[in-house]
Amino acid sequence: MAFKTSVQKYSGNVCNLELGTGEKKISLGGQNVIPFYSFDGDTGSGAKIGLEILDIYPDNWVDELKNLYGSAANNAAEWARLVEEKYSPDFICLRLVGADPNGLNKSVEECAALAIEVAKAVKLPLVIAGTQNHEKDLKLFEKVAEVLEGYNVLLLAAVEENYKTIAAAGVTAYKHKVAAESSVDINLAKQLNILINQLEVKSENIVMHVGSAAVGYGFEYVASTIDRIRLAALGQNDKTLQMPIITPVSFDTWNVKEGASTIEDTPEWGDQTERGIAMEISTAVGVIAAGSDAVILRHPRSAQTIRAFLGKLI
Amino acid sequence: MAMTGLDIYKLTPKTNCKECGFPTCMAFSMKVAAGGVEISKCPHMSEEAMAKLSESTTPLMKAVSFGQGETEYKLGGETVLFRHEKTFVNRNRYAVLFSDEMPQEQIDAKLANMKNVHYVRIGEEMKVEIAALQYTGNKASYLALINKVKASGLKVAYMLVCEDLSVLKEALSLVGDEKPIVFGATKDNYQEMVGLAKDSKLLLGVKAAGLEELYELVENIQKLDYKELLLDTGIASVRDAFTNAVQIRRTALKEQDRTFGYPSVVFINELAKGDKFMEIALASLFTMKYGSILVLEDMDYARALPLYGLRQNIFTDPQKPMRVEPKFYPINNPGDNSPVLITVDFALTYFIVSGEVERSKVPTWLGNPDAGGYSVLTAWAAGKLSGSVIAKFIKESDIESKTKCRKLIIPGRVAVLKADIEDGLPGWEVIIGPDEAMHLPKFLRTMEGIN
Repeated sequence: MAFKTSVQKYSGNVCNLELGTGEKKISLGGQNVIPFYSFDGDTGSGAKIGLEILDIYPDNWVDELKNLYGSAANNAAEWARLVEEKYSPDFICLRLVGADPNGLNKSVEECAALAIEVAKAVKLPLVIAGTQNHEKDLKLFEKVAEVLEGYNVLLLAAVEENYKTIAAAGVTAYKHKVAAESSVDINLAKQLNILINQLEVKSENIVMHVGSAAVGYGFEYVASTIDRIRLAALGQNDKTLQMPIITPVSFDTWNVKEGASTIEDTPEWGDQTERGIAMEISTAVGVIAAGSDAVILRHPRSAQTIRAFLGKLI
Repeated sequence: MAMTGLDIYKLTPKTNCKECGFPTCMAFSMKVAAGGVEISKCPHMSEEAMAKLSESTTPLMKAVSFGQGETEYKLGGETVLFRHEKTFVNRNRYAVLFSDEMPQEQIDAKLANMKNVHYVRIGEEMKVEIAALQYTGNKASYLALINKVKASGLKVAYMLVCEDLSVLKEALSLVGDEKPIVFGATKDNYQEMVGLAKDSKLLLGVKAAGLEELYELVENIQKLDYKELLLDTGIASVRDAFTNAVQIRRTALKEQDRTFGYPSVVFINELAKGDKFMEIALASLFTMKYGSILVLEDMDYARALPLYGLRQNIFTDPQKPMRVEPKFYPINNPGDNSPVLITVDFALTYFIVSGEVERSKVPTWLGNPDAGGYSVLTAWAAGKLSGSVIAKFIKESDIESKTKCRKLIIPGRVAVLKADIEDGLPGWEVIIGPDEAMHLPKFLRTMEGIN
């Protein structure tokens, strides 16, 4: 008997979604196979890489990163321009941490003004990340969506508590894309997608954020949730789970002790930046291999490695 | 795949001779299918039918082992392609590559790194399990290398990466008793290689150019009645290695073709070409998908922390909730004035909460009563996390002797338990913590009377 390649054909595919405008706009999704299974069919647009910047100076980031960005990190627009020119990621994630009521509690007007400055400074698509405070995010995204009309950004994210306003304002009124965030459970992800669909928001305008975790921290739940969502989307042609997936990897990996512990705290572990990059790379590869269509990273070195990694598998 | 009674009936002589003790061949077949009687009770089964039957009852992917005693490891034996379908059973193992052409300082440095990276994470010992010893042409240096690794005191299994039969024989005279992996058999040497591996049942690596050739080679080796095999995914390109790893596993489990029903080895060191971060990326990929032995250039904490954490997660049985031992954990070196914080023993919750407490840098005693391995709200709803459970946990632990602080912080989601706990614990003040772990650092830093 001779070897015969095992081929799996699926009836469903992942929706194709566009982010940004002009020459640097990107597509997410479009595949009808499991990541990198080119022997089965069309691998779609391939995973996209975003770099994270903040609306405030990144005091809590490792010194090495602060030195890398220098004074540009004091001004989000300048920072975004630097990231675009020097590291050319697929998109930029502007994280409005300054709006957090448990932090600086900046006003939504101030944040919106900053967001429009960033949007004008670069050609790359933007992902706008909120504070994870449901009430604040509701007002924040409403305002940000309004001022960024025409830029086709992704609002990260709407949850069950605030999806009505964010999806209605973001997508219906101002033609952006919305990320639907659920907590590591296929049924919760499906339910939120259906609820957003019921607002007359089409699946082509929705990205899923199905929860995230750093490797070593319950990552198996994330991996299996994404596995199951992808198999349902492709194998059962489940229309309510065919949206592309985005995973904000860096939001977790730099907070767990492997990435956060300084060399003074744990000298035996060696350089902190190197550990942080390693955690970020491993977690990103993990979610991409399961089926994430976009990852948000913090260190340019991580982005460079993931880009080279993806290049080797296409 | 299990055979049905009807499948088995087709293989019987269908004569209803009753010699097996059953009235008909059909009745006998049904009983065999149910596992109630051995097929050998029928004296008239053809050899071919017997082979077919024993084939159908062997697992699709063989479980193999290597190493000896403390360094013995199992690979393979997987039954599903995705962990949520049941569970993955035998975790992949990490190897570090040495070769006879490496300068002594490099060998010493790698050995030192392997000694250094050795720790316990949630009850599991994390270390490099295998020393891969590659022969590149200098026999004296190769044998010296083996002796050096052997004398290092490291508890590792060996993988002899050597296609030269005479050198391999000498190498086996040094470490043959420790059941090393022999790598490997090619289309040119497989008969001799099988001869060498067979007596001690050594795990034999099989190497070929492409899947077609690999498949043919495995068939030939199986004809020699040898089935302790490890399949090489190749190093032609990352794309090929990944395709091969997936195809090998899928051919076995989905197509039910046991020719590829063996674990695999990936030489990531060759694929990453000296780029450490690429090595971490690739090792993560093959840990997720179907690499059984992953050979790395070196080991350090930057590699170990993500890779061992990822592996521990992926090979967790989804049928059992992951729990941490119910007890008090000191976070940020708490002393006798540090507050007490309560969460649950569900591992995911515990890790998120302990991570946030660490981030706060506030010395804290973090306790998790036995809450059945559920998350906070689920445990509360199931009655596993009640006022009396928490009060009993505090009393039965020795926390009252460890800290004089009598402030007990409970998850905001179970604020309703405050009065119950205070009733059961006179002298303690229950403080309602935040709803979400991410708000703990600010909460702890600004909480009055604890710093």
